[in-house]
Amino acid sequence: MAFANEHITAYAVEATEFPDLARKYRITGVPKTVVNDQIEILGGIPQDEFVRQALATS
Amino acid sequence: MSLLSPADQDKLRESFDEMTGPVRILFFTQTLDCEPCLQARQILDELPPLSDKISIEEVNFILEKEKAAQYGIDRVPALALLGQDANGQPRDTRIRFLGSPSGYEFVSLVQAVLLVGGHDSQLTPDNRALIAAVTTPTTIQVFSTPT
Repeated sequence: MAFANEHITAYAVEATEFPDLARKYRITGVPKTVVNDQIEILGGIPQDEFVRQALATS
Repeated sequence: MSLLSPADQDKLRESFDEMTGPVRILFFTQTLDCEPCLQARQILDELPPLSDKISIEEVNFILEKEKAAQYGIDRVPALALLGQDANGQPRDTRIRFLGSPSGYEFVSLVQAVLLVGGHDSQLTPDNRALIAAVTTPTTIQVFSTPT
């Protein structure tokens, strides 16, 4: 998604290496996606759903 | 000694052979107090021998704060993936990896390198349109663990 639009930046974060981030974003299971510190998506979900949920407020 | 088996190296070499453009990985690291940085370096060193289109550029996180800020990197180890635009100039893809790219993150890194190198994104036309319509700064963080 970041590759397709210059307004989007994507971080793949290794949760165990950064406990501060894991705490801040309440990572209790992976994968967990956080968009603009607001939207949370749990687990791996189909592409259509993922894109819609991730961009719900964009 | 390689971290990858000869069979895995062959598979990766085959995938990377299909790349049409170069991929530069900016590797933000520091020498002191960063065990995962060493691990990340070892993993990254596996890639360039498998494709002449992949290069690694090390960036000292302590000495090059400005560059780190430019790429939105506030911790190490971290990677920023750069591709090439139509004029052959470096193009920031805004794809980042925070932490050592081991285990499942390695798979994600390989996929990201292939994408930047010219592979299809597998996005459907509808989703492409939705993504293209975004005009506000959007930050997506995907958290995972190595296993």
